[in-house]
Amino acid sequence: MDQVLEKILDNYHEHEGNALTILQDLEENFGYVPEETVYELSDRLNIPPSRFFGIATFFSQLHLKPRGKNIITVCRGTPCHVKGSEKILSRMRMELDIPSGEETSEDRMFTVEEVNCVGACGMAPVVVINQQVQGEVNIKKMIKEVNEIRSEE
Amino acid sequence: MDSNAVVIKVCSGTGSVSAGGAEVLDAFREMVRSCDVDVDFQNRCRADKVGCRGFCARDVLVDVVAGGEKTTYERVRPDMVPRIFEEHVLGGSPVQEWTADELHQSFQDNQKKVVLAHCGEIDPEDLDAYLDVKGYEAARWAYTGMQPVDIIEKIKRSRLRGRGGAGFSTGHKWEFAYKVEEQEKYVVCNGNESDPGAFADRCIMEGDPHAVIEGMMICARAIGAGKGYIYIRDGYSLAVKRLRLALKQCYERGYLGKNVFESGHALDIRLYPAPGAFICGEATALVQSIEGKRAMPTPRLTRTSENGIRGKPTVINNAETLANVPKILRNGAGWFADLGSDTSGGTKVFSLTGKVKNNGLVEIPMGATLRDVVYKVGGGISEDRAFKGVQLGGPTGGCIPESFLDSRVDYESLAVAGTIMGSGGMVVLDETNCIVDTARFFLNITQAESCGKCTPCRIGIRRMYEILERITTGYGQAGDIELLEDLGSHIRTTSLCGFGMTAPNPVLSTVRYFRDEYNIHIRDKKCPALVCKNLLTFSCIEEVCTGCGMCKRVCPADAIRGTRKKPHFIDQELCIKCGSCFDSCKFGAILKE
Repeated sequence: MDQVLEKILDNYHEHEGNALTILQDLEENFGYVPEETVYELSDRLNIPPSRFFGIATFFSQLHLKPRGKNIITVCRGTPCHVKGSEKILSRMRMELDIPSGEETSEDRMFTVEEVNCVGACGMAPVVVINQQVQGEVNIKKMIKEVNEIRSEE
Repeated sequence: MDSNAVVIKVCSGTGSVSAGGAEVLDAFREMVRSCDVDVDFQNRCRADKVGCRGFCARDVLVDVVAGGEKTTYERVRPDMVPRIFEEHVLGGSPVQEWTADELHQSFQDNQKKVVLAHCGEIDPEDLDAYLDVKGYEAARWAYTGMQPVDIIEKIKRSRLRGRGGAGFSTGHKWEFAYKVEEQEKYVVCNGNESDPGAFADRCIMEGDPHAVIEGMMICARAIGAGKGYIYIRDGYSLAVKRLRLALKQCYERGYLGKNVFESGHALDIRLYPAPGAFICGEATALVQSIEGKRAMPTPRLTRTSENGIRGKPTVINNAETLANVPKILRNGAGWFADLGSDTSGGTKVFSLTGKVKNNGLVEIPMGATLRDVVYKVGGGISEDRAFKGVQLGGPTGGCIPESFLDSRVDYESLAVAGTIMGSGGMVVLDETNCIVDTARFFLNITQAESCGKCTPCRIGIRRMYEILERITTGYGQAGDIELLEDLGSHIRTTSLCGFGMTAPNPVLSTVRYFRDEYNIHIRDKKCPALVCKNLLTFSCIEEVCTGCGMCKRVCPADAIRGTRKKPHFIDQELCIKCGSCFDSCKFGAILKE
């Protein structure tokens, strides 16, 4: 972990970074923003931790909790909503045992999250499974996809 | 182009990639490489990837251009490639059964493509392809032969207005920044496109990235900026990749860097991946986020064009606005102004989605009517259901009914109708969409995306959302509509930034046009469109049920009982009203009311 933090600090000094670019680097390296790294960097850079957390809780790209191995992003944009994405979302959460109020299953196999729009509205409803955009999905198709991922594990 | 040439153009936008576009392109390329015709043929024939042409629902789209004739194929799969190649590319006769139908034709023919002209025609990853269509000619003039005042004058005369939503005159914005005497100035391309339901900027950045960069270069020259940022939504991975490549190509050729076109001027443009927040589309919030802070808007005592990033003059233009700029310089301000209406030049790209037959990206001249867009370009309502309304301008826009379908699409007419142009989302609703639920949906987004700085927006929108929530779950009270109107008008007048000022729009516009539907929810506790879950009941019609057991199998709550070949029944206590049984019953035996 120390090595990664050193690399992030180098990047910060070299490219006139700021608190946001540091958080983006943390997210990229760890998959989320681990709390202890924030305190560590805050000490070394003399930036109050509150500034880091203020930014981390503001932007949807940054996460304070570890995320699942497989990430399923259900688009909740208007066209997707009109074409029934809410049903897909609630069924996926049920299917993958995501506790209420959480996004990630307890075994950290799956994260089911919402996104405001992925900009692929022509193929609504849209779901992104591990960065692959899938258009015109339905519950049946989604259950098949999830089972495929499960069987590969 | 050689008149004997055969060019196969395979769409490679995000929609196409998910439908297998890369495999189709590879298959065509392999056919060209391995076909057993003379070498001369292989020199004449090639397969190119091209940007998105906006009709993603029918991907993968392939154009075969042979002898000057263009034929479009839709929903192409790799296994269809050999036949298209044999019969059409080699044999000269198109495979009729796979070519695009009339709906596709009416979709394309009723548009006016200016800013999207290159999307679907040239390879977005090839700088030379862009140069072949006179790319960077305008930027070269701007740097080597034109004065900043001439450029600004031309943009002013073209009546180009900001495509991000507010519709401020682009030429005037540039002039403000130009007039500030300051060494350090910035140009920012706003590619955050946070409106759910809008994807015009994505397609432009993906399909014609060099046009956006050229627009930024011309802007930088006009205002005297030496540095630019492309602020782009991080989720737009393909657009990020293509813009990064395009920037690299520009640096290699000396179009960007210390000595742009050997004019002595320097320009450095960087990509800035946006961290993801709706509010970042607002200019002052965007500036905060580039400076690495929480993206909270600041009071607009001065304009960002005079006082932006690090206190320096900063012109922030939307990606679509910038992509128009090179065309204005090349074809003239008069040409551009004439395309549009009296108050607004050019065209506007809309993301036409929802319940229309043709979902996709459409470009229409400013001043066309909404009816033309929905019925001519969009092909009418899907499954020929009844039109209910059209939501324009994303979650802070308004929903307008059929009586306003003849409104013209320009900033002023839409404002009269109670909505905004926004960034070009156009979501069509039909009779199966509930208006109250739609308003609730938009407020759910805006209450979550409010930055929280000013009270009217932070608390007011939340309260409005809670009222809508209770109306859609059967707890609406008399007086709720009036309360919504009262709250909405206060939030509109007292919020700090444009976000709060427009956030009540979805409610205020629907209350104005669809008051009855609100009343039925509140008074009768019913949802006429059969959408609001808590106001529905599902039951099994005994006479129709065949006892096939389908509903029992799909029910995720185990709420359906019954033995095979006997009528089933739904346990209302256990039913979670998900509608799975209704959707799966082949006999129409499930009653939803």
